[in-house]
Amino acid sequence: MTWDPLPGDDRGHGERGERGEQGLAASFRSVPGGAAAFFEQPQAGVIRSLVSQVAELVSADAEVGGEAGNLEAELGLSSHAQAPDDPVLARLLPDAYSDDADAAAEFRRYTEETLRSGKIASAQIVLGSLPPGGGEVRLTEPECQQWLRALNDVRLALSVRLGITDEDEDLTEHFAVDDPRSAYVWVYQWLAYLQDSLLDALT
Amino acid sequence: MGAAPVEVEQPATGQKAALDAPWVTVVWNDPVNLMNYVTYVFQKVFGYPKPKAEKLMLDVHHKGKAIVSSGTREAMERDAETLHGYGLWATVSHDS
Repeated sequence: MTWDPLPGDDRGHGERGERGEQGLAASFRSVPGGAAAFFEQPQAGVIRSLVSQVAELVSADAEVGGEAGNLEAELGLSSHAQAPDDPVLARLLPDAYSDDADAAAEFRRYTEETLRSGKIASAQIVLGSLPPGGGEVRLTEPECQQWLRALNDVRLALSVRLGITDEDEDLTEHFAVDDPRSAYVWVYQWLAYLQDSLLDALT
Repeated sequence: MGAAPVEVEQPATGQKAALDAPWVTVVWNDPVNLMNYVTYVFQKVFGYPKPKAEKLMLDVHHKGKAIVSSGTREAMERDAETLHGYGLWATVSHDS
């Protein structure tokens, strides 16, 4: 597990949630019944893009078509028996048995479609509440739950793609400065900050 | 008159617990999930008070894994499924 304050962020909690006067990252603040945050257009664009990509990844590989598949779909059963090949999907849809392949396959068969739908639903809540052009976002408590899950899924996906495996690593040195992926390390850290601010606002 | 009440043999508490809870849900450490998020999820999913949720979170963090619930296999699979929904890495196993 980790705690990822933004590099150079030395603001106290009390100042969180202010509009990013100095181009600082958006964060959530507590409001009656939930949480709120102001997003500039680029911030909203980044979140929407990443959340959409995770939702597409989770749904694109979902079981579709085939007559045998239809009945299974109706019953909410997945014919997937093995962990997905894509390491991001394998992290988002993990095996529930580490040393029993048959039990892992059986569990996956009965739960994977529900798990996928849940992740897609969380993504849709974010996309439905975050205007593409940015602006003020006010979330109810149930919507906050969905945002927490969706932000977490994006961070899990980014961590796999960026090869983040050591929670103690100084991520500012994860890639060379001129590596285009270094921008995503910053995004990854910002999303941790955003998720943390949402947790703070809720508790 | 009815028959004398029959003594029902009660298993010893330890045996009963072993029969009732041979399965556990294990949560594994990972480099991504925020510590306060994991604590929050344990409170939300299991209804644990914050000190217990925090202790479990720290066990996961420091020891690499922790048993977060125990019970029937079906109940543990439900717990694992719920935790996967939150993005935690959970597995089900025998408590041996």
